[in-house]
Amino acid sequence: MSSAMIDLILQATLDTLYMVGVSGLISTLLGVPLGVMLYVTRPRQILSMPILNQVLGIVTNIGRSIPFIILMVALIPFTRMLVGTSIGINAASVPLTIAAIPFVARLVEGALNELSPGLIEAAQAMGATPWQIIRKVLLPEARGGIITGLTITLVTLVSYSAMAGAVGGGGLGDLGIRYGYNRFNPTIMLITVVILVVMVQGFQSLGDYLVRKSDRK
Amino acid sequence: MIELKNVSKTYFSKANGSDTGAVHALKNADLYIPKGTIHGVIGLSGAGKSTLIRCVNLLERPTEGSVTVNGQEMTRLNAQELNRARHRIGMIFQHFNLLTTRNVFDNIALPLELMGRSKKAIRERVLPLLELVGLSDKTHQFPAQLSGGQKQRVAIARALASEPAVLLCDEATSALDPQTTGSILELLRDINHTLGITILLITHEMEVVKSICHRVSLISDGELVEDAVVGDFFTSPRTQLGREFLNDFLQLAPPKELVNRLQENPGDATHPIVRLTFSGDAVSTPLISQLARECGVDVSILQAKVESIQERTLGLMIAELLGTPEQTQQAMHFLESHQLQIEVLGHVQRDD
Repeated sequence: MSSAMIDLILQATLDTLYMVGVSGLISTLLGVPLGVMLYVTRPRQILSMPILNQVLGIVTNIGRSIPFIILMVALIPFTRMLVGTSIGINAASVPLTIAAIPFVARLVEGALNELSPGLIEAAQAMGATPWQIIRKVLLPEARGGIITGLTITLVTLVSYSAMAGAVGGGGLGDLGIRYGYNRFNPTIMLITVVILVVMVQGFQSLGDYLVRKSDRK
Repeated sequence: MIELKNVSKTYFSKANGSDTGAVHALKNADLYIPKGTIHGVIGLSGAGKSTLIRCVNLLERPTEGSVTVNGQEMTRLNAQELNRARHRIGMIFQHFNLLTTRNVFDNIALPLELMGRSKKAIRERVLPLLELVGLSDKTHQFPAQLSGGQKQRVAIARALASEPAVLLCDEATSALDPQTTGSILELLRDINHTLGITILLITHEMEVVKSICHRVSLISDGELVEDAVVGDFFTSPRTQLGREFLNDFLQLAPPKELVNRLQENPGDATHPIVRLTFSGDAVSTPLISQLARECGVDVSILQAKVESIQERTLGLMIAELLGTPEQTQQAMHFLESHQLQIEVLGHVQRDD
């Protein structure tokens, strides 16, 4: 294999890590609060706002139900407005982030669902404010579940980022399709797949390790 | 001090968009618990115990009525004032509700963190509490590493951290085995004694009421139907439900085959079956043999038990009075005149 080819693979790996990293980070920063909101604004919850809750629920479901490939194309004008271009890894990170936010939110909501309602009741009996309950009870107690959710999100983002190649996004998926598939190069195909497998393994192992560390049950 | 006046809680269930009816979880409850006393509320599950205790710290907001704790009318407080008032009301739960991700020390520290106390102040408060509940050697353990009794001790220490004047116990021993229950109740009694803290506890176990309560209320179907000093409640409950609780507790109910033969009204040839309750001096008086001598009535004892309830001795007996109707009538007067509670359960056909 030529050194040019090796450079290409290296670059594609970094591109994939960049897209997954950026979209993973931003979707966590926005998705976790959204997930908490979905939980605490439910009827009879600590910040009960049933109408807001319904609106957030519907918006989240819409985000979750649009197939990623369609979302990516539909978002092109928005992407262009945000990063000035609709191709490249920065551009691909926009739909990835948008797709991941509701994904993260539902997983966080699910993690909070697992908590015993008694914990909230105990905190209220101690005179905790809703904000204190979120910060000192809900988030720490659901930490293991939230990390599990974020791990699933990262793995999903790796496979979604491969699709981003379809709009000139770059990365390993793009490389695999253009060189491995379109140019019939089984070596490249195999290498990209192996790198993707290793990447997913790595994220999963890291996530499992962090969950084990935070779980005291 | 806790005072409930005319407190009601109604849940409106809305199924299929239309009001299908109101559930009255609590109906016009009046309760007064003076400072420093331990008050028990006993009732079957679904009777409204949980709702009652949650109305005290407004985890459930009463539909009507007033709740006064430590001299403060709770229902009129805004959110901030309510949280401050709750710092003066500790609460422990059946399932402990400890934070699994915090160790023992940090669990007890939680209410103090919520109040914005400094690290140093928290340390100075938590360490003596660990001592008080006997868990000084478990400071850095996590709840998952503790037994049920130890978890409840942590919960008690946590509830006491903010130096409350009132402690609410929601079925605090129901998830524990009898021996552990005993040790937790002892701890609660000590706390009441040494700190002068007022305790309201709800339970379905007479054992709990018997061992630590000063007064007891009986709740049934959302209503407080009986309120008495514990000694009185155990000697002469005024309601049918109270008697059932007592009988279950003492395991003193007429034998089944007897119940089947019981008839409500006396016949030509029947003997009365009576339940005798005697306390105080009557326990040590040889009444049964006196009965035989003075009224000519023989007594056939079917069941009997003597219990000691908070320095009072309580005797219970189910007996058949053998004699003519006149004789048995006279015997009952005789017993009543000696401060015995007597209740006719029914009449059985004479065997002879």
